[in-house]
Amino acid sequence: MIQADLTIIMPEIILSLFAIAALLGAVYTGKDKFAPMLVWATAGVFVTLALWIGVNGEGTNVAFGGMFNDDAFSRFAKVAILLSSAAVLVMSQEYMERKGLLRFEYPVLVALAVVGMMVMVSAGDLMTLYLGLELQSLSLYVVASLRRDSARSTEAGLKYFVLGALSSGLLLYGASLTYGFAGTTLFSGIIQTASDGSISVGLLFGLVLIISGLAFKVSAVPFHMWTPDVYEGSPTPVTAFFATAPKIAAMGLFARVLYDAFGGVVSDWSQVIALLSLLSMFLGAFAAIGQTNIKRLMAFSSIAHMGYALMGLAAGTALGVQAMLVYMAIYVTMNIGTFAFILSMEKDGQAVTDISALNQYAKREPGKALAMLVLLFSMAGVPPMVGFFGKLYVLQAAYDAGLAWLAIAGVIASVIGAYYYLRIVFFMYFGAEQDDALDKNSSPVLWTFLMGSAAIMVLGLINLFGIEGAAAAAAATLVN
Amino acid sequence: MDNLLSIVTFIPALAALILALFLRGSDEAAARNAKWLAMIASSATFVVSLFILAQFDPSDTGFQMVEEGAWIMGMSYKMGVDGISVLFVMLTTFIMPLVIAASWNVETRVKEYMIAFLVLETLMLGVFMALDLVLFYVFFEAGLIPMFLIIGIWGGANRIYASFKFFLYTFLGSVLMLVAMVAMFVDAGTTDIPTLMTHTFGSEGFSILGIKVVGGMQTLMFLAFFASFAVKMPMWPVHTWLPDAHVQAPTAGSVVLAAILLKMGGYGFLRFSIPMFPVGFDVLAPLVLWMSAIAIVYTSLVALVQEDMKKLIAYSSVAHMGYVTMGIFAANQQGVDGAIFQMISHGFISAALFLVVGVIYDRMHTREIDAYGGLVNRMPAFALIFMFFTMANVGLPGTSGFVGEFLTLMGVFQVNTWVAAVATAGVILSAAYGLWLYRRVVMGDLIKESLRTISDMTPRERAIFAPLVVMTLLLGVYPALVLDIIGPSVEALVANYETALDIAMASVTDASAAVASN
Repeated sequence: MIQADLTIIMPEIILSLFAIAALLGAVYTGKDKFAPMLVWATAGVFVTLALWIGVNGEGTNVAFGGMFNDDAFSRFAKVAILLSSAAVLVMSQEYMERKGLLRFEYPVLVALAVVGMMVMVSAGDLMTLYLGLELQSLSLYVVASLRRDSARSTEAGLKYFVLGALSSGLLLYGASLTYGFAGTTLFSGIIQTASDGSISVGLLFGLVLIISGLAFKVSAVPFHMWTPDVYEGSPTPVTAFFATAPKIAAMGLFARVLYDAFGGVVSDWSQVIALLSLLSMFLGAFAAIGQTNIKRLMAFSSIAHMGYALMGLAAGTALGVQAMLVYMAIYVTMNIGTFAFILSMEKDGQAVTDISALNQYAKREPGKALAMLVLLFSMAGVPPMVGFFGKLYVLQAAYDAGLAWLAIAGVIASVIGAYYYLRIVFFMYFGAEQDDALDKNSSPVLWTFLMGSAAIMVLGLINLFGIEGAAAAAAATLVN
Repeated sequence: MDNLLSIVTFIPALAALILALFLRGSDEAAARNAKWLAMIASSATFVVSLFILAQFDPSDTGFQMVEEGAWIMGMSYKMGVDGISVLFVMLTTFIMPLVIAASWNVETRVKEYMIAFLVLETLMLGVFMALDLVLFYVFFEAGLIPMFLIIGIWGGANRIYASFKFFLYTFLGSVLMLVAMVAMFVDAGTTDIPTLMTHTFGSEGFSILGIKVVGGMQTLMFLAFFASFAVKMPMWPVHTWLPDAHVQAPTAGSVVLAAILLKMGGYGFLRFSIPMFPVGFDVLAPLVLWMSAIAIVYTSLVALVQEDMKKLIAYSSVAHMGYVTMGIFAANQQGVDGAIFQMISHGFISAALFLVVGVIYDRMHTREIDAYGGLVNRMPAFALIFMFFTMANVGLPGTSGFVGEFLTLMGVFQVNTWVAAVATAGVILSAAYGLWLYRRVVMGDLIKESLRTISDMTPRERAIFAPLVVMTLLLGVYPALVLDIIGPSVEALVANYETALDIAMASVTDASAAVASN
């Protein structure tokens, strides 16, 4: 029995062992000397695991008496997490090295965070959920304050930690209430207690507190306050990491808890999620308008995007989960490209985050400006970019589930949101001439990611690269 | 060739791709190559599109030359033309080479400029050919991106404001349509336009927040589509983006905007609103008729007091689009025939008028009416062409402008005499602002010092106007060229609309009878 269980969690074991081995190896040998190589090695392991999980995995397997699930849903999320983490690691290597931030702990911590995320999306029990979540969060707190000598960065780490601890507290309190009223921490047990649309008050409290804790992790309004500060304060590659993999993991976990544990009382949580979604979309759209720092702007943009992903979740149907997964996959791809661009924004070797520095960028680097234009319109949800189809998916799911008001609110928020994406286009293409232009940064890695991401946003129009089928299969295992 | 429509649609996009990938440098040679490639591509598109016209069988009221392929989310890539759309396709391919020729003097970022126009052409053609709801939306909305850049990069002094207003205004209108499209998808289970045309959407009234919605879902969907098309058209009172966009856009941008982009709204009404939501259409038609009448008179009056030539013509465009919506919402053969005819004819005339302004703007770099006067003394050819198109715009018999206006007025007269009477007043007003503009710019003595050395039109400019003059005259004296092609399709459209209404009315009567008998 135990052997079968271990086989199922083999990818997590391998990644943990790799992280520990890397840690030991680096400590006992050259320390930071190996850091660049370690970054590439970690990315390589991520990609290998993603391929392994994506190609090999089949069927639904349960380990440790239901505490850990390996099914199409978790595999979809894991592949997305691993690939996006690998992309961010590779992108960050050069930047971190130049800034003297490339310590060997960085790839190790990222690897551990990824293990946590993989556990999160596979969780079948409140304990596993918490284990995964904390492993991820603790690694992220440290990574956020990686630039020890910068007040901004340490502040970001501390803020993230304190608020994260608060949210963990909420989540734990909710978990204990749930345990008290359901008599079990297993999702499969909770769903039997809370089925047929009836739910005890205690369990309802538990549900709401768990939702609050998770909403913090996906930075949904009103639990979003940490996002802009942490995004701004952290080193840019770390911000890129925050904006991608942890978001998928948190949304995956969200869907897991809601469907696996509370799938019998959809109507009870669907309105809560719908409200979170509504608030996130509008706050993300309005608050970003006044931002001049592109990292803060991306923070609000990600809040708005989480609102749309939550719209899919609020639908409470298989189509809704499918829409959410497709949306997240598209969102992550767009963000990787965008952050590759932000990483390349430098003036005299110093990172620049003010969007007015992009004045007339299109004249100097037409190719990169065009790629960024594509990404921005994609994020705004303007066809024919793929971002539009993500929005179409969640709108369809929401309308199908009778949430027409949410769909209408969503499209109106997307018009407001379009304004600030257009503003960046405005700077790049119509802005005033200026003398102190950005450096001509020609890092081939960043260029590749930016162009690749933009190309995906256009070419995905043809068939979305077939992720539809995978997402549908994933959703089908979760919702039945 | 079974994929003729796709070929026509994507020739310009292919050329744009070649320009983007392979044309290097920004010197004069590169600019010249970009211009010529754009010219060749748009001309080739026109030539190939002639095959569409040749293959088209007007007596068949269904969709022709249909191509279909699977796409994502259960949608399909489906293209086709019918009597209503085929002439818009032709209009687009006809106007684009002229637009490129009119942009020959562009100096900044020539390559990007040509790419933007070529991409725009592909998207516009796609709008008129798409037979899938979402495919239509993709083409319809994507057109905003190149137009946003065209106004923003190559526009006038206040271009930023105009480009943002243009984008956000039209985007807001369209997203509501997107929700309605999702609703249709969920309701009918397909996004296939021909299937949706035969699908009957619910028309039973219900109330939302205590407000009774007559016509139910159909009215709501109609309103959502109306929001998009009315902005695009543009109809009074949501027309305010148009004068800004027109004034700030470069000449070629204005031409495309007036000649083709505005027609998407009217086309949308014919393609979606009439056949898919007949009850909603019927419920709101009287309101729209009056809005059109107000638009005609109001914007004509506004046009009278303009001091900027482009703004004057922009307002005149809004007024002429008023005739179009009026004809469409009269929903009879003459009205709809007239509306389509008016759109085609306005495509030639407004394009020509914006080009006329472009000719003198290129020389004097101002659009102020007061800066001109007495141009006839130095520019006789220009004066003649300007005169011709002013008359066509006014609706002089013998030009295409007359036929469209006459048919729409005739159509609407049968439905609502008062609207027809008010709209007819607009004809007089259009003569007033048109002729007055002409008098101030062209007539009189040449007293302005700055105009002493102005030169008449170059052969290139004359060549651009020649096809427009020919088409305006040809359609004016022989309207059957257009009417024979659109006639059968329009007849079927109107007949289907009336049948659908009768069925809906009958079911309402049945329902009330059932309630009464209970």
